[in-house]
Amino acid sequence: MIYIGIFITFVFINNFILTQFLGICPFIGVSKNVESAVGMGFAVIFVMSIATLATWIIYHWILVPLDLTFLRTISFILVIASLVQLVEMVIQKVSPALYKALGIYLPLITTNCAVMGMAVIAVQNNYNALESFIAGFSAGVGFLLAIVLMSTIREKLDTEWIPKPFQGVSIAFITGGLMAMAFMAFDKTLLNNLFPGL
Amino acid sequence: MIREFTKGLFKENPIFVVLLGLCPALGVSTKVINALGMGAGTLFVLVGSNIFVSLLKGFIPEKVRIPAYIVIIASFVTIVEMVMQAYAPDLYNSLGVFVPLIVVNCIILGRAEAFASKNRLLPSVLDALGMGLGFTLGLSAISLVREFFGNGTVTIFPIAPLGFDGIIRIPLIYQSPARIMTLAAGALLVIGYLKALLNYYEAKKKDAPKNEKGVKEAALAE
Repeated sequence: MIYIGIFITFVFINNFILTQFLGICPFIGVSKNVESAVGMGFAVIFVMSIATLATWIIYHWILVPLDLTFLRTISFILVIASLVQLVEMVIQKVSPALYKALGIYLPLITTNCAVMGMAVIAVQNNYNALESFIAGFSAGVGFLLAIVLMSTIREKLDTEWIPKPFQGVSIAFITGGLMAMAFMAFDKTLLNNLFPGL
Repeated sequence: MIREFTKGLFKENPIFVVLLGLCPALGVSTKVINALGMGAGTLFVLVGSNIFVSLLKGFIPEKVRIPAYIVIIASFVTIVEMVMQAYAPDLYNSLGVFVPLIVVNCIILGRAEAFASKNRLLPSVLDALGMGLGFTLGLSAISLVREFFGNGTVTIFPIAPLGFDGIIRIPLIYQSPARIMTLAAGALLVIGYLKALLNYYEAKKKDAPKNEKGVKEAALAE
């Protein structure tokens, strides 16, 4: 039950883009068309789930026993960077089709603050290994949801008349703001109503 | 030389023009003091990493340069984290997850890759200072608007001898603030409208006559 709670929390209530401001750069940069938004979204889900689990293992099995927790930032970013490289190589070898779809988005993910943010948040929330994995996966799903919604809206906006100063990223930010307003409907009470007693 | 410094402030402002480092810009801009703290931290990391990248540019092999830069940046971020935790715990707590996230701030890696790795020490330092201050400026502008309307206050440093607690309360707005501004949606709206305003002035400047006098006259006419 707690896993469903984590899932709903990270997909809707604490949606990384629309309420936590993590991963705004790709959200604005890669949301010009639906196809690339979907590619980016799945790449993020993939990397985020693995990265959150990997950083959990590094933190709890290496950094905590050796009392080196101050190295958290530096070790997490290195783990994420090398993991992205590894994932890229594995996908290229195992599934060329998948690589073709996700390939160009993978290197971008290293500097996606959502991945690093998830790793830090999972540690701060004292999640166990499985909870971390689920949280990473759900945050990725939340990212996919937001970026796909955004790209669909932006594709529609392309054909609309927009005042000149608002063209480009300005209207994208405002669209994002309105979406965030809609997502404010999801809050803790939603979780309490769905699962009383959680 | 001086242009390396000033370009980061306005012409290539990281937040409004280059659109880098947006996550912290939106995440910590609920209070002016947070924006200043975040700006200071980023400025420190930016200057430190630019110095090291510039000095080491002949030694780092081309192929492993990005991981090398990341290690340099992460070390400085760790310093900032520890110093902030020790001397400004309140600030550290209110910035939360965004302090370790300075490491993935694209401005820093961007400047290391695009500028410091190709230039000598002094221009790199000036570039970092300009970019860092430009980032702080953009961040402060967003947070000023958000805090002013969303909370009816402007929070800066407390000055004990004057009995000033660091919070300026704005009459009328303080009693009935527009709360949406301090929430997530407000941040995106504010940056969207500020960017549009900037675009508007940019377009206006381009239309105005090119010489100094003409620009001044156009500004006066408004």
